Amino acid sequence: MSSMAATPAGEASSHRPLAIQVRGVTKRFPGVVANHDVDLDIAEGTVHALIGENGAGKSTLMKILYGVQKADEGTISVNGQEVSFSSPTEAIKAGIGMVFQHFMLADNLTVLENVVLGAEKLHGIGPAARAEIQRISDAYGFALDPDELVEHLGVGQRQRVEILKVLYRGAKIVILDEPTAVLVPQEVDALFANLRELRASGHTMLFISHKLDEVRAIADDITVLRRGTTVGTADPKTATKRELAELMVGAELPSPETEESTVTTDVQLSMVDVNLVDDFGRNLLSGINLTIHRGEVLGLAGVEGNGQDELLETLIGIRRGTGSITVGGVEVSSYSTRRRREAGMGFIPADRHRHGLLLDAPLWENRILGHQTTAPSVTGPLVNRRGAKADTQRIVDLYDVRTPSINTPARALSGGNQQKLIIGREMSGDPVLLIAAHPTRGVDVGAQAAIWGHIKRARREGLAVLLVSADLDELIGLSDRIKVILRGEIVGDFDPRNVTPQDLGQAMTGGKGD
Amino acid sequence: MPVVKRLLAAVIAPVMALVAAVLITSVVISVSGTSPVDFWQAMLEKPSNRSLVNIVNQSSMIFMSAVAAAIGFRMNLFNIGVEGQYRVASYVAAVFAGAAFVSGWLNVVLSLLLAMLAGAAWAAIPAILRVTRGVSEVISTIMLNSIAVFGVGWLLSNYGEKAGDGRRTTPISDDSLLAGWQPFERTDGKIWSLTVLAVLVGVTYWFVVNRTRFGFDLRATGQSETAAVASGISVKRMIVISMMLSGATAGLIWLPSLFAETASGHYFSSSTFQVQLGFTGIAVALLGRNKAVGMVFGALLFAYLSVQASALEFAGLDVSKNVVMVIQGVVVLTIVISYEVVGRWRTAAEQRAVTAALQSPSKQEVPA
Amino acid sequence: MSVATTAQAPAAPARKKRRSPAMWLLIVAAVIAVISLVRIVTGTHELDSPGSLTAAITATCPILLAALGGLWAERAGVVNIGLEGQMILGTWGAAYFTYWYDPYTGIIGAIALGAVGGLIHAIATVSFGVNHIVSGVAINLIGLGLASFLAEAFFADLNSEHGRGGPRQLTGLAKPDTITIPGFSDWMADLAAKHWFFISDVASLLAALSTNLSVVTILVFVLLIATVWILWHTSFGLRLRSCGENPHAAESLGINVYRYKYAAVIASGAFAGLGGGFLALVSSSGYSEGQTNGRGYIGLAAMIFGNWRPGGILLGSGMFGYTDSLRLRDASTVHALLLLVAIALAVYAVVQWRQGARTTAMVVAGGAALFLLWFALTDEVPRDFTSMTPYVLTLLVLAFASQRLRMPKADGLVYRKGSVG
Repeated sequence: MSSMAATPAGEASSHRPLAIQVRGVTKRFPGVVANHDVDLDIAEGTVHALIGENGAGKSTLMKILYGVQKADEGTISVNGQEVSFSSPTEAIKAGIGMVFQHFMLADNLTVLENVVLGAEKLHGIGPAARAEIQRISDAYGFALDPDELVEHLGVGQRQRVEILKVLYRGAKIVILDEPTAVLVPQEVDALFANLRELRASGHTMLFISHKLDEVRAIADDITVLRRGTTVGTADPKTATKRELAELMVGAELPSPETEESTVTTDVQLSMVDVNLVDDFGRNLLSGINLTIHRGEVLGLAGVEGNGQDELLETLIGIRRGTGSITVGGVEVSSYSTRRRREAGMGFIPADRHRHGLLLDAPLWENRILGHQTTAPSVTGPLVNRRGAKADTQRIVDLYDVRTPSINTPARALSGGNQQKLIIGREMSGDPVLLIAAHPTRGVDVGAQAAIWGHIKRARREGLAVLLVSADLDELIGLSDRIKVILRGEIVGDFDPRNVTPQDLGQAMTGGKGD
Repeated sequence: MPVVKRLLAAVIAPVMALVAAVLITSVVISVSGTSPVDFWQAMLEKPSNRSLVNIVNQSSMIFMSAVAAAIGFRMNLFNIGVEGQYRVASYVAAVFAGAAFVSGWLNVVLSLLLAMLAGAAWAAIPAILRVTRGVSEVISTIMLNSIAVFGVGWLLSNYGEKAGDGRRTTPISDDSLLAGWQPFERTDGKIWSLTVLAVLVGVTYWFVVNRTRFGFDLRATGQSETAAVASGISVKRMIVISMMLSGATAGLIWLPSLFAETASGHYFSSSTFQVQLGFTGIAVALLGRNKAVGMVFGALLFAYLSVQASALEFAGLDVSKNVVMVIQGVVVLTIVISYEVVGRWRTAAEQRAVTAALQSPSKQEVPA
Repeated sequence: MSVATTAQAPAAPARKKRRSPAMWLLIVAAVIAVISLVRIVTGTHELDSPGSLTAAITATCPILLAALGGLWAERAGVVNIGLEGQMILGTWGAAYFTYWYDPYTGIIGAIALGAVGGLIHAIATVSFGVNHIVSGVAINLIGLGLASFLAEAFFADLNSEHGRGGPRQLTGLAKPDTITIPGFSDWMADLAAKHWFFISDVASLLAALSTNLSVVTILVFVLLIATVWILWHTSFGLRLRSCGENPHAAESLGINVYRYKYAAVIASGAFAGLGGGFLALVSSSGYSEGQTNGRGYIGLAAMIFGNWRPGGILLGSGMFGYTDSLRLRDASTVHALLLLVAIALAVYAVVQWRQGARTTAMVVAGGAALFLLWFALTDEVPRDFTSMTPYVLTLLVLAFASQRLRMPKADGLVYRKGSVG
């Protein structure tokens, strides 16, 4: 899949000196290798895009560049000098600034205070600093009032404060972590205008994203990251979206083969015109209409952060939207989460540590979680310890959960084994509808096949499944139908029998192909 | 983990804390010019029979206070208001019992129920403020503690009967007083009958928390609110219920003393009502890690310390009995710090173990 | 490509309009006028006599100091409910060092002991990540126990011209100097005694400020101004506040968050300690057990009432201090106060109504009516009710104005280094 790896970087920037050079960087965390053998060349005065799927290792790489984390292996050079940062302070000194995706701003401080914080020595905290902020703000068209409280600013303005912070410190290299993820289209245009101004004044930018249209609109060069390593570079002027999507998504693992269709005509889940807004009144989900039949797996494809989590949480009742949700013909939208679970809805959350487990409780207690009102966990108002333990043992055996005992705290298990426990739990008690996010994420290859097997078996027995996965092969292999979600809306409908990961990748990123 | 190692891990934090507490207290003692050796000798002297009886009586009250605090702690609710809750409840119960609407044991039972109701009602205020207005229960319970002091003070001075300089509630008539048990000589005093309440409260607490669905929901909410919500627990409902249960338990704290025939007075007044038990209970709950058995030991330890300290002057030592409060405070601080430290060690050890496991290639996992 | 949401950023709350100094003067004048009216109508000139105001200022100072202590800690993100314990340590320290040296050493001793209490809190909460409430409760236990233990050990046998000791007290200590402006003081007192409308009220305040004003009181107000200057006009203060708002942001900019939290919490303890010292040396003439009487908690209440801002804290402490001082006054003064409260509520109701908050306005107006009724139907207010006022008021503010309260965003959260991004 690295057919484009040899493509030379864009003509425009090939003769420029390198601002950043990364060679063979590797970073391990307990349980995973986040980066391995990463190579990256960023030419001075360019916008360099780093693209890749969620979980491809982009965030780790940029944290290493900014000194938040240290690489285990490999070298980094800035302006030809080899460096090794042990804190952001050192990166700032070397002229690198970072704009975090989750803004690092203190709400109750003014723009000026946020900007000068930690850099008071440069221009003080008074009139001189104010003048400097005003100068930068005017130079790049930020239109920021230094004395405004940050909590009164909109998202786009906050981002400009972040950029201003970086420029105020004299950074020539700016890392932007998914800067467009939180912006509406008009704000994106404004941001790009700012970035072009910055490039014109000689700044170098590393632009991290997975939105191909945006990347092609702003970047001079592109580097693609997949599964923790760099798999190629591309020239945004010549590369098609299709080629980029192919590089990003890849297709390596054995696909789960769908057996013959077990889809029935009985509607198990129906969502009609479901909407959800956040605290700020922005639409998280708009006009969702879905139907899943008994014995059907509906795959939901989408780049992370486009409303999948919100959709699942609305279904299980953690979030409250508007519109109608019926399960097996019964309207459940007024039900509490507990009643929905009692009605036979199983839930495999995207963030298992936050939503799926009690990390310090033993496995058998985790078996009870979410099933506090149903046998064998409880009898009447009492916890049935024997029943819960016996059933936990069954899950451990059947799903091959590698653990010394069912009394081990969940925290001690590896991510994959935690996931197997959750799946075993949610599949028990004969659910009628399974809401699953990334069921095989972080699971080893063998267990992956086993989990697929369990889902297929349950499907044969009439289970309806809503499946969200970042692994497109998994989606294609397991689903009877696939829908694509983009910015909280369903934008596409595919038949997995004649769709490729590349087609899906394009729909997910909002492109129509070239 | 082998049994020995697990046992060690469970014991190491309390032991570290106690050692540190003894050292710090010794420094304080020697600053005052008393030899710490003499002090600890006096403290560790075998308690007199009379002291033993006192220890049992005091520990029953401290234990119930600890349970009241622990119910909240189990859910990450900081009910600092046990102090106010048991003051209000004790006053209400004393007024009711003194009025003698019914007689005999029925009076006792109804008073107990009323005390629980009053404690629960007082605790419901911060709970409701928390779930409807988002007010931190820490601040509101602190405020309510003081309001309870002045509110009860006002009621007492307006509706209480005169007795000497102060005011008191009507004394409970003899037929509602409970005799208690006399383990030693008559002069050594009696174990109050209602110390059995502590046993009941302890067993119920253990059973509800560990064996019931409600207890599971309570613990789950305390461990991870997000996971609790995803599992279908209504956190707001749990906050109100557990806060009120905490207050109801707090309502019982002082009643063993109130109904005891041998106690100093069978009424509520500024001289008979024992203050500060609410804060001692918080300390014991922390010491016992909110576990029933742990809190039994904690309550006995704290009762032992205060009873022995009261006897210090008889031992010829010029040390204020208030030194006990210093010890208690220091124990709380050292215990939470040492649990924190041990917790960090454990996390570090776990991470090392996982990294070690990762290096053996067979267990390598696909990167997330 | 489907153009998704066009939802705009949330409508930014309107910026608070700043009142000009002239406007403030006008408001103050109006308040004085109302007080004056109530005084004349009810005939209770004690309401703001020089004596009453002196007592009120004296009662305000310890509460203000505790509240400033709370402000320092919480602005750096550490909740300090150990203020009460640190204050108690301060009372002991003040008495001990005053007896053996002089009142000024006593003040320093009070500050030092309070700071030690703050240091313990910082070690537990910042270095070890102990829950702030747990640590605060422990410090209150330790402070209470340690002070009475040390008092019994060190004060019981003292008896000389420097002071008379006992196991629970040490009284008759030397006091810090007081300042009286000769001539002016008497003139103002005379003017106040004329009971004229408005003029006498202003004179009364000036008389209180120019007669026997303790240098420690002056120090308290200097510290208030210093707090405003340090926290809001220096880079040290900026960094400190950023630690309470978003320590991760501070860390991402290379700030050593632990260092600022330590500084803030130690300062917090020092303020509380000085508050204790004030109680021992200015409010009374020595140490006595239980003399803080929950003022650490009242300080906490004043800080919340003041919305974590110095101006609001001064107002809250002043109100709580005034009600505190009333406990020692005759009951008719407190009774006259009911009328004042009724008027204040009525004014607030009108303001709310004009701002469109109809429901709130109705509720507040109902409250005003109740207070008016209370005033009309009774002759005195029970002392316990006056004592309860700060707590009830704070609870009401929390319950009904919690949307307007803005505590530091990372307040009370345990922060650990190395968690940026």
